[in-house]
Amino acid sequence: MTRVLTTRRIVFWSAVAVAFAVLPFIFSQSFALSMLSQMGIAIIFALSYNMLLGQTGLLSFGHAVYFGLGAFFCAHALNFIGAGKFWFPVTLVPLIGGLAGLVFGLLLGFVTTRRAGTPFAMISLGIAEMVAASALMFTTFFGGEGGIATNRAVGKAFLGLSYGPQIQVYYLIAGWCLVTMIAMFALTRTPLGRMANAVRDNPERAKFVGYNPTRVRWLMMALASFFAGIGGGLAAINYEIVTAETLGLVASGNVVLMAFIGGIGHFWGPIIGAVLVTLLQSALSNYTQAWLLYFGLFFLVIIMFSPGGIANLIALHKPVWNAGLVKRLAPSYAIGAVAGLFMLAGFFALIEMIYHFEAKETSSKAFSYFGLMLDPMLARYWIGTAIVFGIGVALVYGVRKVVARAWENLTVELQQKGAV
Amino acid sequence: MEFFLVTLLNSLSYGLLLFMLSSGLTLIFSMMGVLNFAHASFYMLGAYFAYQTGLHIGFWPALFLSPVIVGVLGAATERFGLRTVHKFGHVAELLFTFGLAYVIEEVVHLLWGRAPVDYRIPAELDFTLFTLYTTQYPAYRGFMMLVSVGMLLVLYLVLTRTRIGLVIQASLSHPEMVESLGHNVPRVFMLVFAGGTALAGLAGVIGGNAFITEPGMATAVGSIVFVVVVFGGMGSLGGAFLASLIIGALQTFSVALDYSMLDVLARVGIQIAPTSLWHGFWSITISQTAPVLPYLLMVLMLIVRPRGLMGTREG
Repeated sequence: MTRVLTTRRIVFWSAVAVAFAVLPFIFSQSFALSMLSQMGIAIIFALSYNMLLGQTGLLSFGHAVYFGLGAFFCAHALNFIGAGKFWFPVTLVPLIGGLAGLVFGLLLGFVTTRRAGTPFAMISLGIAEMVAASALMFTTFFGGEGGIATNRAVGKAFLGLSYGPQIQVYYLIAGWCLVTMIAMFALTRTPLGRMANAVRDNPERAKFVGYNPTRVRWLMMALASFFAGIGGGLAAINYEIVTAETLGLVASGNVVLMAFIGGIGHFWGPIIGAVLVTLLQSALSNYTQAWLLYFGLFFLVIIMFSPGGIANLIALHKPVWNAGLVKRLAPSYAIGAVAGLFMLAGFFALIEMIYHFEAKETSSKAFSYFGLMLDPMLARYWIGTAIVFGIGVALVYGVRKVVARAWENLTVELQQKGAV
Repeated sequence: MEFFLVTLLNSLSYGLLLFMLSSGLTLIFSMMGVLNFAHASFYMLGAYFAYQTGLHIGFWPALFLSPVIVGVLGAATERFGLRTVHKFGHVAELLFTFGLAYVIEEVVHLLWGRAPVDYRIPAELDFTLFTLYTTQYPAYRGFMMLVSVGMLLVLYLVLTRTRIGLVIQASLSHPEMVESLGHNVPRVFMLVFAGGTALAGLAGVIGGNAFITEPGMATAVGSIVFVVVVFGGMGSLGGAFLASLIIGALQTFSVALDYSMLDVLARVGIQIAPTSLWHGFWSITISQTAPVLPYLLMVLMLIVRPRGLMGTREG
């Protein structure tokens, strides 16, 4: 039997724990702290989603259902604690969300996991629609349009933690994030985790080995819902309000984007995706109205050109890094970056011009674009941005070949060194 | 009786509209194994294009032009998008159409704004077709049915009576054989995709002004179309037809019925006190449950008969 607690793993997870502990000292502004909290929740949610998509091959469009139900149950639990109906430490309240997720995962998963592949995707979408529609119907539990408000600073302070200040909530989220990350990673090494991979790759053979693929899918679904529920519980504590949107289709779609952009083929891929997407969502939305469009296009580009996500791109460069050959790639990458920036600058300018052209204000539609004034009412600006974009596209098209050649040469060299 | 007949007619026109969407979706699915998440987005584009072109050239030319533009966009999507992603497998294809739906919605926001646009029924069709008891039945509803049924007939004839229809049918079951016989199967795929999206576009042109043309219309109808396809059986045109009519009727009738379980229980002599814990649950009216019913029906179907009404495979 292989050892579970290898030195490498202990060192790695300890380093993660230290990083989590130190982060709020580096980013101490209040908005940075709330963003870090948001990231922690997103990481749990995205990782739990990847238990389905990446590890079991189940493309679910309704994972937010379990996240949201966990959040609602936690909000009600907090309100019960506040009303003095029972005593339970707030620190452990996310566990209630996890249990709610688990129960509903078992219940709804029993129906959905009877099929795999495309039918599963459609059924998960249908179930998500059903739950979202029910949420507006049963107003006592879901609070209708306004949602359920709650207060996290309830009950007796447990171990001196009142969860009034955001920093305490951050450490609560960070702690749960670390625990669930380790748990989910450990799960990939268990027989169940391995069988999930087998069911994903070849359900028929899994059956011949003596496992029931439906059962494996069902179990994975229930466990993924458990972790999603924990994430939802943390969201309830963090925002102190839960609305029907939390379990809606947009939230479900969002986690698909996170996991896929990060990369579903590696355990740590969704972590990158969760951090990046949270960052982009709050950063971009400050600067442009069109950020959802850029975001969607970014997703399409990832699917078309790097379906393994960002994690796969990193993994691809690891042997090059190990062999110390990064400087071979650097020149072609630098040219590529210049060409890409040129194209993107032109593209963004065009989109922003359209947005401001369509805008309602009548006096002046001119706007500042990276310090440059653009006026969509004048033809010369349209021609100018179109030319920049056109040149950018041509450059990128040409540079593609340069980068490809650099990679070809490198692969040959790596093979000679025996690194691949 | 009046209520019943009018609602039946309304559900028929809605069901036929659903079939225009689900037929294209089912054809594309059974041929390429790709579930097109963006299908309803093409429906939305059809409505918006008809509104925009209609401003300049009027409704009737737009009725033909808009589906053509949507079909060309569909062909481009297949040729430059799906075909590139195809080598990465079905999940990537599905996610590509999912991302596309996302992008199309944002582009609609960008070009036409977030508010509904003023896409109206043409004046020539804005009259009462006949009066049923006391209800005046609008001519446009009749026109919608006429277009849907006409399209249905054309689709049927093309698939069964023309050469290209036979090639399409053969490619459904034996793509390799069709390819060995010298037909360009990828091009057939592209044609089917273009045709399916053009049908969705046509549905958008005639549905957009009957209902409402706004950026949320794609998501609103999209999941219902999925329910239709699952309920009728993946890849079965006949099943999609039946399911469209059933779901159409279910939705139209349930919205119109304002009864709750309390009324039913009261009929048989059971009274539930308003103070009872479950009073809120029993007092939910049928019209309130309308958004949930199609999905409930789908889940029940999956438990009882996973392949759907007329589906042949488990998927």
